[in-house]
Amino acid sequence: MIHCYKLGNLDIVLDICSGSVHVVDDMAYDMIDMLDKGKSRDEISSYIIDTYNTNKEEVKECFDAIDELTEQGKLFTPDTFAPMAGELKARTSGVVKALCLHVAHVCNLNCSYCFASQGKYNGDRAIMSFEVGKRALDFLIENSGNRRNLEVDFFGGEPLMNFDVVKQLVAYARQIEKEHNKNFRFTLTTNGMLIDDDVIEFANKEMHNVVLSLDGRKEIHDRFRVDYNGKGSFDRIVPKFQKLVKARGDKGYYMRGTFTHANPDFLEDIKTMLDLGFTELSMEPVVCADDDPSALTESDIEIVSKQYEELASLMLERHKMGKPFTFYHYMIDLKGGPCIYKRISGCGSGTEYMAVTPWGDLYPCHQFVGDEKFKLGDIWTGVTNTSVRDDFASCNVYAREECKDCWAKLYCSGGCAANAYHSTGSVKGVYKKGCELFRKRMECAIMLEIAKQMN
Amino acid sequence: KHIQTLDTRNLCESAKNGGCGECQTSIANQQCEN
Repeated sequence: MIHCYKLGNLDIVLDICSGSVHVVDDMAYDMIDMLDKGKSRDEISSYIIDTYNTNKEEVKECFDAIDELTEQGKLFTPDTFAPMAGELKARTSGVVKALCLHVAHVCNLNCSYCFASQGKYNGDRAIMSFEVGKRALDFLIENSGNRRNLEVDFFGGEPLMNFDVVKQLVAYARQIEKEHNKNFRFTLTTNGMLIDDDVIEFANKEMHNVVLSLDGRKEIHDRFRVDYNGKGSFDRIVPKFQKLVKARGDKGYYMRGTFTHANPDFLEDIKTMLDLGFTELSMEPVVCADDDPSALTESDIEIVSKQYEELASLMLERHKMGKPFTFYHYMIDLKGGPCIYKRISGCGSGTEYMAVTPWGDLYPCHQFVGDEKFKLGDIWTGVTNTSVRDDFASCNVYAREECKDCWAKLYCSGGCAANAYHSTGSVKGVYKKGCELFRKRMECAIMLEIAKQMN
Repeated sequence: KHIQTLDTRNLCESAKNGGCGECQTSIANQQCEN
């Protein structure tokens, strides 16, 4: 399977199953595209000679280059991965390596678009005790097999509303990680309202990554991200974020924004974040029901697609100026990206990645918390709902009929199970709006990487 | 030349040496940590 596209004045051919990336001239582009569409070599030769005012020798030279790449397994590589689809999850069955700890089902903001119903996940307000958190960390170590890197995200609600327990849990993990030959990597996702000097010092010492919620322009951010008095949070959080990031040095962080029907022109929000001094950015489309007022419409999707292209141009321009910035979904390492097992099996939700509620229940990921039928078990008895676990274990790119002919399948790994469930009612469904945007992002990301390498 | 090929990780090769599971839970934006 191949994918041919033109973007940023480049003609690009992706060989999906080898991972090869080719930059070609217009003539080779047409020849490869026509071969892919089943045209005969005679038909292609006639068309190319007429169109490009060239000769048979030149066409033969190009066919030879195509044939050589095909023999090397870098073009028209057949898809032989389907039999491996369940292999990674089968051989690591029962291994858990990442937990999303819901340390607080409370929040000091009242964002209308919150997937977690203002942090309560359609349930009661709750705070995780140290005892529950400690047991969750023990559960993770007990079930992590020979995995060394273990990941724990402090999540909510607003996790800083339970900051003392967060600190105690990190101290406990640091105390036990060496004796078990493990390496805990902690992340913190926060709305910023409670950031102070203590939080900054702690986060910059212990957090591998911090995810800071900011939607960009003040009027955009304050439209949704308000407190319980309806007052926007922008002016209160931005100085705190700036102070944290400045003190963070070269440690990881992401400004994490959501764009909605209110701002399909999200590039303006990216520029706002850059003006505020932030360079590690992640802006993502809202995921919600189609009839929700914040949902992206068909015409929004067209605008967003153009914005993605303009974003790639801006990033390239700033890269050349020596003022680069990171956009999470454009980070693509062509030489050191994920292996085929990871690309087939996806994020690991419900198998190696689970969410823990404040009272110790296990769910496939943070987006399923509060939906009782997805409860997997708890941190004392482990996974008892094996049918849900098995459903997630069989989730992979080859489990979705719609993905079989999609060129992006080994980049998206079949997509997010939660998005699929919320849009189709099945974790093995396909969230089509997300697919369209994902493909556009991948085209832009790969083009950007090529342009950087060629410069 | 008509075709320039970039240096990329070969996915077929990665079937032989991949699958350690040590990479961070996110997919295409991830880095291999094997």
